Amino acid sequence: MSTLSTTSQTAPATRLGTMAATRLVAEREITTQVRSKSFIISTLITVVLIVGGIFAMSFFGGGDDDDPTPAAAVEVPADVTEEIEAYGFEVIDAGSMDEAEELLREGEAEVILTLDEDSPVGVHLIGLDNLPMDAGQQLSVMPTMEVLEGDAADSMMRYFAALGFGLVFMIVAMGSGVMILQNTIQEKQNRIVEILLSAIPARALLAGKILGNSVVAIGQALVMGASAALGLMVSGQTEYLQMLSWPMLWFVLFFVPGFVLIASVFAASASLVSRQEDSGSVMSPAMILVMAPYFVVLIFMNNDFAMMVTSYIPFTAPVSMSLRLFDGDAAWWEPLVSMGILLATTALVMAVAAKIYSRSLLQMGQRVKLTAALKSGD
Amino acid sequence: MLELHDICRSFSGKRVLHNVSFTAERGQLTGFVGGNGAGKTTTMRIILGVLAAESGTMKLDGTKLGATARSRFGYMPSERGLYPKMKIAEQITYLARLHGFSKSEATGRAEALLGQLGLGERLKDPLEALSLGNQQRVQIAASLVHDPDVLILDEPFSGLDPFAVDLVLNVLVERAEAGAVVLFSSHQLDVVERLCDDLVIIGDGKILAAGDREDLRRRHGTLRYELISQTDLSWAAGRPGVVLDSQDENRILFQAEETAAQQLLQGALQRGPVTTFRPVLPTLSEIFREFTTDSTGSAETAQEAIR
Repeated sequence: MSTLSTTSQTAPATRLGTMAATRLVAEREITTQVRSKSFIISTLITVVLIVGGIFAMSFFGGGDDDDPTPAAAVEVPADVTEEIEAYGFEVIDAGSMDEAEELLREGEAEVILTLDEDSPVGVHLIGLDNLPMDAGQQLSVMPTMEVLEGDAADSMMRYFAALGFGLVFMIVAMGSGVMILQNTIQEKQNRIVEILLSAIPARALLAGKILGNSVVAIGQALVMGASAALGLMVSGQTEYLQMLSWPMLWFVLFFVPGFVLIASVFAASASLVSRQEDSGSVMSPAMILVMAPYFVVLIFMNNDFAMMVTSYIPFTAPVSMSLRLFDGDAAWWEPLVSMGILLATTALVMAVAAKIYSRSLLQMGQRVKLTAALKSGD
Repeated sequence: MLELHDICRSFSGKRVLHNVSFTAERGQLTGFVGGNGAGKTTTMRIILGVLAAESGTMKLDGTKLGATARSRFGYMPSERGLYPKMKIAEQITYLARLHGFSKSEATGRAEALLGQLGLGERLKDPLEALSLGNQQRVQIAASLVHDPDVLILDEPFSGLDPFAVDLVLNVLVERAEAGAVVLFSSHQLDVVERLCDDLVIIGDGKILAAGDREDLRRRHGTLRYELISQTDLSWAAGRPGVVLDSQDENRILFQAEETAAQQLLQGALQRGPVTTFRPVLPTLSEIFREFTTDSTGSAETAQEAIR
């Protein structure tokens, strides 16, 4: 083994700067994640689910078909038939009640139509095994309707938007958060952290980890957003796309600091333990923070006060504020204030996380107590 | 030359290093021995800047140790570990880049070094696919890839098969010959005794002894003499001022003052030809035991240091 003599190249004279080290760590985080099979597969599945879901929505949801409802008419005069047909019915003349019942049973007709003097519209409908509500509605008289506030985005769409914002945030943050958690513990568990720390400062390692995973997470969120837009465009629901574009932009803006906040919490939590088996105990608080926005919108979607409050709480703001913007009930300055609070909190949490991270990274064995990590003198 | 001067450090209020001072010369192997929990790993981490010292100074070649000098330190932690799922060439390249090499230079160095270590065929394999012995070689590459001029190795021989021990050994000797500071810790005192020119003994966070190996052996422990004669030596047992440690028919090992030893030798010469008479220096483990029992007041803490 006498060949081991290293080449007489001169080593770099200066230590790698924190920024450059951060970039390198981030680069490694990104490439290892993007190349992993589980990441590729789960991203593909998510895209398929989103596009498929939107298609399904347009296929099953928009039920106002133009086909006339077939009705078997018994002893209905021609002028009434004409009038009825104007409401979207295809009137089949059945000679007798028996014949009409047969048509109904065979499915040729959806209702039986007879004259009835007591009925306000002059006709009587008979369904097969339940009341023919749809056909009845077609014949009903409706007053004109309008809403006073907002532009009447339909509640279904609002529900899906809330679900979308909440789910995207939760799925992406959880995925990347767990990734940060596992990476940090892995580095600690197999002690490579000592080699890394002998080359670069702990805050560069933390910053690189957060940066790398944020890029991956935001990339994922953008892919999800793009596939939703694609789904809406292909299925011809472009009006929804227009309705969503502005809040979506805000959502992305909020997502970035919101995610960095979550990532810092995950990294700091992970640095407290040294084995994957112990990750459960430190993971729960971070997990609750990740799931909170989703459950808040799901539960308090129609509670204006709760939505207003949660749109200022940094952990729930990305989702709550986006939904309020979608509803159009946030004043122009509200997202800005909320963003300011979020940014300040993120900076603060990052500073604390860096402290915890660099102090507990080399403490092996037992779980490091939070207070001990904050007090330690490193 | 690497110098440590009065390094102190506590963990959660408990002092683990007390005024640790020693030097490690360039071009020599310096062994760092001590029981578990004596403070070896903490000292090494402080040298590397992974941990901060509470007080004290460190110098390399007379200049205060800073981040720039440390970028040319190579480190092998006692518990080995790299990224299990990362390809070996990629991780060694990554580590070289973290030490400040450009991407192309880092790649070149990593591949060349792994090739020299006999892993040229496995560059694209993930670490976890390699045998344990090969993983150790990758670990060696990790500590050498940036051409360090100070090598700090924590228990480099633990858990190695004889072939890997030789490999690591060659690396250490080579780096030392090239003028690097090589400091390594070990539990295996016989290995340290065989290899090291200089020794640093630490116990309970205090430096107990440091310096040239032979010098330490002369100065510490009990001096013994070995005497081999062609005639029976049983008469030696009753001599005044002589304590026999072991006795065979023709060979004795005894403790005595210089003059008493010379008298014994003369007595032996009168009785027949003497083939060997030599002083026997204490082994490192003897010195180590002496220090660890002496230094600590209570038997309890001595026990802890040896464990």
